[in-house]
Amino acid sequence: MQGNRIIGEAAIRAGCRFYAGYPITPQNEIPEYMAENLRKVEGGVFIQSESEIAAINMVAGAASAGARAMTSSSGPGISLKQEGISSMAAQELPGVIVNMMRGGPGLGNIRPSQGDYFQATRGGGHGDYRTIVLAPGTCQELADLTMDAFDLADRYRIPVVLLADGMIGQMMEPVVFKEPKPRQYSADYVLKGAGTGKAKTIKGLILDPLDMEEHNWKLDRKYRVIAAKETRCEIFNTDEADIVVVAYGTAARVAKGAIKRLGDHGIKAGLFRPISLWPFPTEELRRLAGTRKEFFVFEMSTGQMLEDVRLALQGYADIAFHGRPGGVVPTPVELANVIVRQYRRDR
Amino acid sequence: MIVKTIFSGFGGQGVLMMGYSFAHGAMSEGYEVTYLPAYGAEVRGGTANCTVAVGDEEIASPIASEPDYLVVLNTPSLYTFQNRIAGGGLLFLNSSIISARPSRQDMEVFAVPASDIAEELGNARAFNTVMMGAFLKRTSLVKPEIYLKSLETVMGSKKKAVVEINRKAFSAGYDFLKA
Repeated sequence: MQGNRIIGEAAIRAGCRFYAGYPITPQNEIPEYMAENLRKVEGGVFIQSESEIAAINMVAGAASAGARAMTSSSGPGISLKQEGISSMAAQELPGVIVNMMRGGPGLGNIRPSQGDYFQATRGGGHGDYRTIVLAPGTCQELADLTMDAFDLADRYRIPVVLLADGMIGQMMEPVVFKEPKPRQYSADYVLKGAGTGKAKTIKGLILDPLDMEEHNWKLDRKYRVIAAKETRCEIFNTDEADIVVVAYGTAARVAKGAIKRLGDHGIKAGLFRPISLWPFPTEELRRLAGTRKEFFVFEMSTGQMLEDVRLALQGYADIAFHGRPGGVVPTPVELANVIVRQYRRDR
Repeated sequence: MIVKTIFSGFGGQGVLMMGYSFAHGAMSEGYEVTYLPAYGAEVRGGTANCTVAVGDEEIASPIASEPDYLVVLNTPSLYTFQNRIAGGGLLFLNSSIISARPSRQDMEVFAVPASDIAEELGNARAFNTVMMGAFLKRTSLVKPEIYLKSLETVMGSKKKAVVEINRKAFSAGYDFLKA
């Protein structure tokens, strides 16, 4: 099944009943799938909105009414949605936002890229907030993490970003959909209409700075809990490794292919793949630095996750970097050659 | 074992359908499989290609640095990909419309006059299925019956004539190459 369509199917199975979006390549098969299939489930609503900003605000509205809601876009469209994502963070509304990254900045191009790492992991919009960011590396993970995204969004009342790219969205792999967990959330914030109990408001405008400060600290406490409990990563082949490659998503797949070839050059390499980009698996990476001294970060950008790796390793290990920004996906052979050169230079 | 195949040709020749149906068939055979289309502002008459990886272990990268097999349906594709193919790799080309041959000697070339064969069968458009017949005869990655079932699944055509011509075209390609 194709990556983009997998996201749609997983969302519907996870109980997503509202989708709004505006077309942009390379994620158009998500709204296409939702348009075709959301109407077939009870209560399902699909809207092709007039703009990206409208879509995210519709998602906020559906979330206020208690629905599991999702929107999707790519780079330029995600930038437009930031105002709404910031609002949802302030209002503590759950929701899932899919970004199938493409080459940027600006309109850029439609090829796979990882240039939106900063935007996704640093909140993206204005104000003091974070969103959970999950980065699938395979089509199977697209299915699993889409479902998990809805659970996390409900558990912490937070917007969750699913961050992938055009390659994984366009490719096909066999996939098995897991049984979705029953929805668990505290519905006390949900607006149900007049005459259904005590009046409630959901708002992000808090004019008194002391009240706003208190709200900021409240959000911060929540983010600390998430940072402590929700990190995810894959550690592959690192036990005997001379060098550990750090990469996520599509870049991690290329890296895995390269790692398999490095054996031919007599180099033992392993992979550290963050799956949650925020919270970043800092502790897990730091533990690895206790035994391995050489790290090689590979991204399809000029070096964004690189900063989180540096923060995690804090000078305890050597970090090399290779980046291919702008929509270029290198082959495993190319990456393997770069790693070999780096490795030999160091000796 | 992981083998990677690139299918390439003009947009509209059915390149993506060849790769998709092959990937589907390999999945039905129980293999790990990835299908990666080259996407972009593609148009009919432009170039199209896709990469299919088939393996009995986890497929790390869906991208083929050095494909084991290459199926080309037009001359530009031959020029684009001939130097990428792994040493000892197999190249299948539609010799009805490609007169050029690769200069490299370290691969096996199968020239299949697929368009001529398809035309003789009464539907020139089925030449891609002729190529698939030849490709699967030589690579044995998917059994003919399983492949044909996958082809029918992904095409979704209930028209008996379409199913019939594809079966005939596949057999003709399959029988064209000696085992």
